[in-house]
Amino acid sequence: MTVKAFGETDMYDVIVIGAGHAGCEAGLAAARLGKKTLMLTISLESVAMMPCNPSIGGTGKGQLVREIDALGGEMGINIDKTFIQSRMLNATKGPAVHSPRAQADKQRYHEQMKHTLEKQENLILRQGEVTELLFEEPLRVTGVRLRTGAVYGGKTVILATGTYLNGRIHVSGFSWPSGPSGLTPSLILPENLKKNGFVLRKFKTGTPARVLSHTLDYSKLLEQKGDGNISPFSFMTDDPGENKRSCWLTWTNEKSHRIVAENIEKTAPYGGYTTGVGPRYCLSIEDKVSRFPDRRRHQLFLEPEGLSTEEVYVQGMSTSLPEHLQLAFYRSIEGLERAEISRYAYSIEYDCLDPLSLTGALEHREAKNLFCAGQINGSSGYEEAAAQGLMAGVNAVRRIDGKEPFVLDRSEAYIGVLIDDLTTKGTDEPYRIMTSRAEFRLALRQDNADIRLTEKGRGIGLASQDRHERYLRNKRETEEEMRRLGGVVVPAREAAEFLGRLGKTSAGTTDAPVTGASAISCGKTTLAALLKRPEVTYDNLREIDRDRPDVLAYARKQAEIQIKYEGYIDRQNKQIEKFKKLESKRIPQGTDYYSLNGLRPEAAQKLSDKRPVSIGQASRISGVSPADVNVLLIHLARKAEGGKRHGR
Amino acid sequence: MGETIAAVSTAYGEGGIGIVRISGARAGEILGCLFCRPGSPGRGARSPGIGETNAAKTFAFQNRRMHYGHIIDPSSGETIDEVLAVYMRAPHTYTGEDVAEIHCHGSVVSLRKILEKILASGAVPAEPGEFTKRAFLNGRIDLAQAGAVIDMIRAKTDRGYDAALGQLEGRLSAKISDVREILADACAEAAVNMDYPDEDDAAGDEAAARSVEARLTKAKAAMDALIATADAGRLIVEGIRAVIVGKPNVGKSSLLNALLRESRAIVSKTPGTTRDSIEEYLNIKGIPVRLTDTAGIRDAETDLEAMGIERSKDALRKADIILLTLDGSLPLSAADRKIIAELAGRLTGDRADSECGTVIAVINKRDLPEAIDRQALALLLPGVAMVGVSAITGEGTEEIEDRIVSAVYGGKARKGESVMVTNAAHKSLLLRAAASTEKALEMLRIGEALDFVETDMREAYDTLGEITGQTVTEGILDRVFSKFCVGK
Repeated sequence: MTVKAFGETDMYDVIVIGAGHAGCEAGLAAARLGKKTLMLTISLESVAMMPCNPSIGGTGKGQLVREIDALGGEMGINIDKTFIQSRMLNATKGPAVHSPRAQADKQRYHEQMKHTLEKQENLILRQGEVTELLFEEPLRVTGVRLRTGAVYGGKTVILATGTYLNGRIHVSGFSWPSGPSGLTPSLILPENLKKNGFVLRKFKTGTPARVLSHTLDYSKLLEQKGDGNISPFSFMTDDPGENKRSCWLTWTNEKSHRIVAENIEKTAPYGGYTTGVGPRYCLSIEDKVSRFPDRRRHQLFLEPEGLSTEEVYVQGMSTSLPEHLQLAFYRSIEGLERAEISRYAYSIEYDCLDPLSLTGALEHREAKNLFCAGQINGSSGYEEAAAQGLMAGVNAVRRIDGKEPFVLDRSEAYIGVLIDDLTTKGTDEPYRIMTSRAEFRLALRQDNADIRLTEKGRGIGLASQDRHERYLRNKRETEEEMRRLGGVVVPAREAAEFLGRLGKTSAGTTDAPVTGASAISCGKTTLAALLKRPEVTYDNLREIDRDRPDVLAYARKQAEIQIKYEGYIDRQNKQIEKFKKLESKRIPQGTDYYSLNGLRPEAAQKLSDKRPVSIGQASRISGVSPADVNVLLIHLARKAEGGKRHGR
Repeated sequence: MGETIAAVSTAYGEGGIGIVRISGARAGEILGCLFCRPGSPGRGARSPGIGETNAAKTFAFQNRRMHYGHIIDPSSGETIDEVLAVYMRAPHTYTGEDVAEIHCHGSVVSLRKILEKILASGAVPAEPGEFTKRAFLNGRIDLAQAGAVIDMIRAKTDRGYDAALGQLEGRLSAKISDVREILADACAEAAVNMDYPDEDDAAGDEAAARSVEARLTKAKAAMDALIATADAGRLIVEGIRAVIVGKPNVGKSSLLNALLRESRAIVSKTPGTTRDSIEEYLNIKGIPVRLTDTAGIRDAETDLEAMGIERSKDALRKADIILLTLDGSLPLSAADRKIIAELAGRLTGDRADSECGTVIAVINKRDLPEAIDRQALALLLPGVAMVGVSAITGEGTEEIEDRIVSAVYGGKARKGESVMVTNAAHKSLLLRAAASTEKALEMLRIGEALDFVETDMREAYDTLGEITGQTVTEGILDRVFSKFCVGK
């Protein structure tokens, strides 16, 4: 349907459909880049809602939030203001997998974000259900129509529909149309999308029950406290705040598993009531029990949902058992014997697009000016959604301004990995980021997200001047401190004595001081060289670093990591160089893959569909084999020769 | 679609027959244009020309059937050569495309003329390795198999051929894939440990590390086993260099002859008759051996001899096997001792050019009473094997051959069916992958976190993939195919 003209007041640069985690970042990014932006949501009460776990961050996800923040996004700031417990996961492992995670006060998280949106210049946050996208030919989106009949024109539209799109909740054999947590679903828009030729598919996710805090027996639960030393998500946060609640740990047992196993056909998927594809990494208890029959217990965390509520989230225990069996199951768990349930667990099916139909800028390949972010792209998770939202918002603006898309590659950010995975490899299940998906994770650390991205964020205009200056100061101090550590000479004897003392004080490294002392048998060493040793840390080095200046905490940490892991980082950088070489081998967009001798028809088909921009991207398309990529390489090489022989 | 390519596929030079090969969609058509069956009308009455439909003519060739006839010049009708021709339809051909082969007389003139006519009919000259490249691109063979083709072409003995054939059949690829599989499992295990930190505790981390370590140890052992075959593999394919040294008149040329079992080198009792090195190829139990007889190593008496001696020393430096020949019927002379000192210096690494092949002391003239002091010799050259022979009767040469074989295989006898690495590029990739794996193992042992270790594991995985072509790297193809000669 074509709409010719909109009134001045009804015309927007960017219209964002949905105000979940993707929509919020998209709307804020567009408005902060100076575009007149309209955000539409079915319910203002569900802005930045967390319908599943009450937490932000985790492995891979924590890195995403740091990157969103480094670029000038909001998620990190919002969680820093509203968290009630904070932990650095994997702290005992290498810095590449250190992943910040915080429990959020759900209500405050929502309110804080909603307030930020309301105050944002250029941004209008409005309640309203979009029922139609308006297009003109050749397919290009021009605006939206609401259920009220109102029509708004938009130069670009961002779809961030989450689980609302054709949402359907399942509990055992019962199901009904619903958005998350009983909210109104979006049922008309999916019909409209189908009518316009979009192919929708069904994904599924689930959430466990919430139990009331005062009905839990805490004497039987294992307390998990927050970190003593809190690491904020945002590079802009000065006051790290404090932990206000703990999480609690317990386990399922054989009785719990028996209840599930005996009633497994009463759950929605095993009873054949749902067809949607669920995530493998986030298994329901029925999946856990049926797939791992040998496991005698499964661990679960009880996570408080906020300061002003008794509700507690039962992590890892999603199910679609009937209500009475849910109650029996949860109550079979130690510490939950008298638990009262405030919300029962459910699974929810929703419509989404195949992300292969999107470009790396998250724009739809066929429907110009239409961008997509979050669960509609087949991802799962608040952080994944927010990261895409930010990128979609930025790219919608750049589309309007006629600028090159802003795309991060796999060696630059988890955001790059996430979007490349989705739009190049595609996904057959709700996609969750993981550190193992990032092949260059030693470079993509949470601690250096600003070094990687703030300059870029400044370049696209999203990172504020304040943020940029902060980053420059951090960077300068880090470099100075690294230089200083490399320059301070320690006499060999003093170094050996220091290492010897470390050996005596730190248990478990009894043979380290011997080798340590003998390694520095003559001459002298530097503080930096000492810091490379496994038993030496920036902190314990203070003992012989007498003239240590007062250095920013950021610079201390960063200098330590960069010196300590220099060898690894160098090796990783070499791998990145290799990667970049293949990424920079561009494939001409007009390439007729069917005409390339030696390319298998299946590969020609996939390549024609996806139209990769580079050899590197082509090599990641599923169904394209290394031999196929070699054919492309030969083709490119021949082209580069300028048809030296055949004049082709 | 790609062009139809053609090239002479047999070695240049005079041969009994020569083969010109054509590959591509127009192979049959071009053959049809040039080939004339006996008694068929129209020598000179031109058959359908290029660009005209030749369906009928091509059809006359039965798939994979040798046809006897002549190649004629389509423009003049002149007969070029009497040939056998075969047409093979895609996809079951070497390149996976239509292939035609013309087997003609092996003269350079005949081959060149036929190729010219084929090119004039619309084919383009094949680049080096292009037939094999097409076979690879059409999915007929993988990269390691393509590499094996080179080795097969170059293989000089049956054993070398078998090893290369083993690769062509994908045995090396299969083996490499097995190792990659182990590494992939190790990476997956590390990934689980990184991404599910809440699933377990420190004990879990430790268990994961030990399990990954076990996998890596297994992978490393498999890589080492492959690397261990590499030297023998290279020697089998490329041949080893053996050199005969000794003072004048100890029977070096006779020994060469005994080994050759035919007279090739000049044999004379006058010292210094063999002034230059003489090279011969031997097939010793499947190992190609390039045997060099040297002019006697002694102080030069003339300029001409000095040149021969320089070359001898050069041969000595490059040799994998050194056959030190001594006259068993005489005590060790000063000249013998000088040569022995030279070798001992190399063996013990006292000299700068200390890299030295295996020395075998050949005590000649076993047919005469032995006067040489073997104990003194053993003291001068500790650990060197001594073999008594009679170059004249041929007695003992069998033992020399056995010594050479065991030196190649490092003392371990090997059977032909084991997978061998015969390609230097494969060996260096295997070494790199093994080094990365070793690095990962070291890191695990000092308790480094799995996420670091995984970088090296992945590096090893990717490097192995370069052997089979599973890892895409820039220029990988050029590296492989540039080693080909035209026509393969």
